[in-house]
Amino acid sequence: MDGTDLGLWGVPLAMLAGAIRVSTPFIFVSLGECLTERSGRINLGLEGTLMMGAMTAYGTALLSGSPWLGVLVAAGVGLLLGALHAALCQLPKVNDIATGIGLMLFGTGLAFFLGKPYIQPKAPNLGALDLGAWSSISQVQQALQVNPLFLIGIALAFALAWALKNTRWGLIVRLAGESVDAALAIGASVGRVRLLATAVGGAFAGIGGAFLSLYYPGSWNEGLSSGQGLMAVALVIFARWDPIRCLWASLLFGAAGAISPALQSVGVTQGYYLFSAAPYVLTLALMIATCSPARSLRGAPGELGAVK
Amino acid sequence: MIDKFNIGRRALLGGAASAAALGLAGGAQAQKPLVVGFIYVGPRDDYGYNQAHAEGAAVLKKMAGVKVVEEEKVPETVAVEKSMESMINMDGATLLFPTSFGYFDPHMLRMAAKYPKVQFRHCGGLWNQAKNPMNTGSYFGYIDEAQYLAGIVAGMTTKSGKLGFVAAKPIPQVLRNINAFTLGARSVNPKATTQVIFTGDWSLPVKEAEATNSMIAQGVDVVTCHVDSPKVVIETAERAGIFTSGYHTNQAKLAPKGYLTGAEWQWEKIYVDFVETMKKGGVPGNFVRGGLKEGYVKTSPFGPAVSDAAKAKVEEVRKGIIDGSFAIFKGPLKDNKGNTVIAAGTTYTQTEPVLEGMNYLVEGVLGATS
Repeated sequence: MDGTDLGLWGVPLAMLAGAIRVSTPFIFVSLGECLTERSGRINLGLEGTLMMGAMTAYGTALLSGSPWLGVLVAAGVGLLLGALHAALCQLPKVNDIATGIGLMLFGTGLAFFLGKPYIQPKAPNLGALDLGAWSSISQVQQALQVNPLFLIGIALAFALAWALKNTRWGLIVRLAGESVDAALAIGASVGRVRLLATAVGGAFAGIGGAFLSLYYPGSWNEGLSSGQGLMAVALVIFARWDPIRCLWASLLFGAAGAISPALQSVGVTQGYYLFSAAPYVLTLALMIATCSPARSLRGAPGELGAVK
Repeated sequence: MIDKFNIGRRALLGGAASAAALGLAGGAQAQKPLVVGFIYVGPRDDYGYNQAHAEGAAVLKKMAGVKVVEEEKVPETVAVEKSMESMINMDGATLLFPTSFGYFDPHMLRMAAKYPKVQFRHCGGLWNQAKNPMNTGSYFGYIDEAQYLAGIVAGMTTKSGKLGFVAAKPIPQVLRNINAFTLGARSVNPKATTQVIFTGDWSLPVKEAEATNSMIAQGVDVVTCHVDSPKVVIETAERAGIFTSGYHTNQAKLAPKGYLTGAEWQWEKIYVDFVETMKKGGVPGNFVRGGLKEGYVKTSPFGPAVSDAAKAKVEEVRKGIIDGSFAIFKGPLKDNKGNTVIAAGTTYTQTEPVLEGMNYLVEGVLGATS
């Protein structure tokens, strides 16, 4: 590849490219968690769902030869795991945090176990759209190789925000999250709403996993997620349960993850461990900046974390 | 869970076999197979470090009178002590290979004190005659020799003169590989530079892919790496249409177009030696080292993009390394900050202990150790 030397301008470009490449799993998992939490339930198990999604997508793509079928199967597996979490939480005196952690370990463990035969073989990739063909600079072309799932994720964020705000269905989800009494008063079944919201949220996380194994980094192995599912759950909190802000926060995390390699590649080598930690430092800083002991978190659904 | 089940099944089979042997002949004792235990820190089919060891174990499995027991994904905690104890007590293992760096101290040493009749050999550079018991030991290969040869190929293939190295952590073994690769490349292409990016840990697929992509954006056209599993780096580079040089095992299958060569381990050589010594009633060496000459490391077969000139150059240098007439690390050698690290006239042979504590990057490497 004939690279033009962009010098330090390469860094913001690399961060943009990183945001586009790395953020998609964050977008899907955080939107899934956002939907689930807006219905009044926490699902910490999405890390496990992400891994199961990644593994089943890779396995399906390998066996069937169709990566998009893999995405579909991953969504289905996510749906089932989400539904399992919801069903368990439906039982009396069950804590959704504890169940979530249990399902996280279950999901990753099961994915490692069933994924053994898929570590070595090479499955077909999802491929990308070349949106940078207009540019003569190879770095720009490289940065603008966009996977369709990234665009779907953006559309999904806006669709979810609109639906939560403007549709009757969205109203019921929000009501289940804000006040069970009010939801019951209009005749909605809180249990069913949460079941559906959690299951659909799980399906989103499954698709996020499919992106990891089928596009970027694009192969199945046991270190694939390295905690991205958990980070995405935390991301929902600082996005204040708003799908659009989830999208921005995901992009920010993707860009932050690209800082360290981008700086090292242009020769800034001081303190790369610190830059590697950038996403985590960013989370902490934002949490501290936005938290206050005087009030509860703005935007937090009222029923969140309540134990029946 | 599954591992426990396997041990149970293995123990059952072992028990059944020895019961059968006792029933058949009184002198069955002499035919008892030598049981060798392998412990891996990750999956053994990862195209990387663990697979290299597992390929060695697979060779032992074919030998007569040898039984191999394996356990993978064992963390570097007390868990490995339990694995060792069960291999010793339930499977009757008398030779153990805990292959990961962190197994040695204190876990392997504790087990060696508890089971003085069992031989423990650790892969790495940590055994010390003054401190450690004689039923323990270490073995390792000078893979930098293979990296030097891979560097020659990279230096003669690159068009931009920019090489890339995705590395996990700036520890001596990794720095030695980066330096050898760079010295090899610059021996044939003095303008070549190696851009190094440290990801911070042994297995971080997303970071490895990011590192590869950001180097590609800078015009790097040959990438190699030192991480647990090179799969992500090699695949990402192949997709972008640049050249790759492998590590640990042969990754040619992952990059049929761009794979040039690679630095590979050949542990089976050591393992077969050790096992044959044990079968003769001897004890394997305590401090075993070797490179191309001993057959402990090798290079992958050349890919389609390697020129005949590069192949000839590699074979020439390989001969020199094997017959001892060629040394990789010799003065005058400067690090990439301009300090002289090896004075003119000094030549280090591979066994030189100074090299095992390498803490600098040579001239031509873009990057820093901290």
